[in-house]
Amino acid sequence: MITLNINKKTYNVDVDPNTPLLWVLRDHINLVGTKYGCGVAQCGACVVHLDGEAVRSCVTKASRAAGKKVVTIEGLSENNDHPLQKAWIETDVAQCGYCQAGQIMSAAVLLRENKNPTDEDIDVGMAGNICRCGTYLRIREAIHLAAELQKKGGK
Amino acid sequence: MKQRFDKPHYFLPARMMAVMIAIILIIGVFSSAFTAEDTVGSAGWQQKKGNDSIASVKAFAEVYKVLMSPRCMNCHPAGDVPLQGDDSHLHTMAPRRGSDGHGLYAMKCSNCHQPENTPGPNRPPGNPKWALPPSDMKMAFEGKKPRELALQIMDYKRNGHKNKAQLIAHARDTLVKAGWNMGEGRKPPPLSYAEFVKAWDTWIEKGGYAPEK
Repeated sequence: MITLNINKKTYNVDVDPNTPLLWVLRDHINLVGTKYGCGVAQCGACVVHLDGEAVRSCVTKASRAAGKKVVTIEGLSENNDHPLQKAWIETDVAQCGYCQAGQIMSAAVLLRENKNPTDEDIDVGMAGNICRCGTYLRIREAIHLAAELQKKGGK
Repeated sequence: MKQRFDKPHYFLPARMMAVMIAIILIIGVFSSAFTAEDTVGSAGWQQKKGNDSIASVKAFAEVYKVLMSPRCMNCHPAGDVPLQGDDSHLHTMAPRRGSDGHGLYAMKCSNCHQPENTPGPNRPPGNPKWALPPSDMKMAFEGKKPRELALQIMDYKRNGHKNKAQLIAHARDTLVKAGWNMGEGRKPPPLSYAEFVKAWDTWIEKGGYAPEK
């Protein structure tokens, strides 16, 4: 039995400690916003936050998350009103949407650590998130917009 | 008239000054003697009894083969992107070093590299200390000829401020050892770990000499 803190709630899950966190989230806790894209840490669709840092849940064991705070896309904000979420809607970023949870979770770390990212900063910070639909231009635009919203007092 | 010598003579300012200077000089000589042999690259280091430049350089030839193999060189790149694979290509997704060597934003090393190897081919290898050297002390191996690399490693200012004991200890570091256990599909260094440690120790203990080229 492992005790996990996910989106500020405590869960006791009966899983092998070596189970990738991704499957604990999706199959045991029914938080399906985090997606399986490749299973080998190559695409970024599975990114969640572990004590504030981005990790790829497809290769992160559940045991690594024990005692730490996990945040998934569902828990990024209380009312879906994180500046990135607002910007993503405003900019109409998603096509199929499959990669977008991971994109937003990676962008959230970027914006937390760099309040005013340049295009190069976005290249560096988002290089690990792949979008098969090619929404990169809108992702970049949305990150810039989110930075503006954040400056104006968004969360 | 007040006697000039009413105090004992050894309290005279000039003599006190001379005695203090002598004490300071003696302390300075002794302390430099204690640290000279440990300060890598110092005159005391090179002159230490037991140095053997021929044996040292011969051992470094073996050390060099290991340090320039992908398992070591990939995390000691010349640029700010780590290398990857047995062909030492630029790491996919181009993670950057960052100032502390741990990466940037959502591309920090620990984003993907777990405390242990992720099982299976093409999965990220792991170690609790997974990182590059920091940006102000890159300790690059890539592109270095044997002489350049030997001099760099023996240079206190360029080797992460390691003295002799720390250099010896570094070969026993968990992340260094991890080079021999990098997970499925990754060729180990050309010497066994035991052979490498023996060559490393010999090179340093015999004086840490750099080859001519």
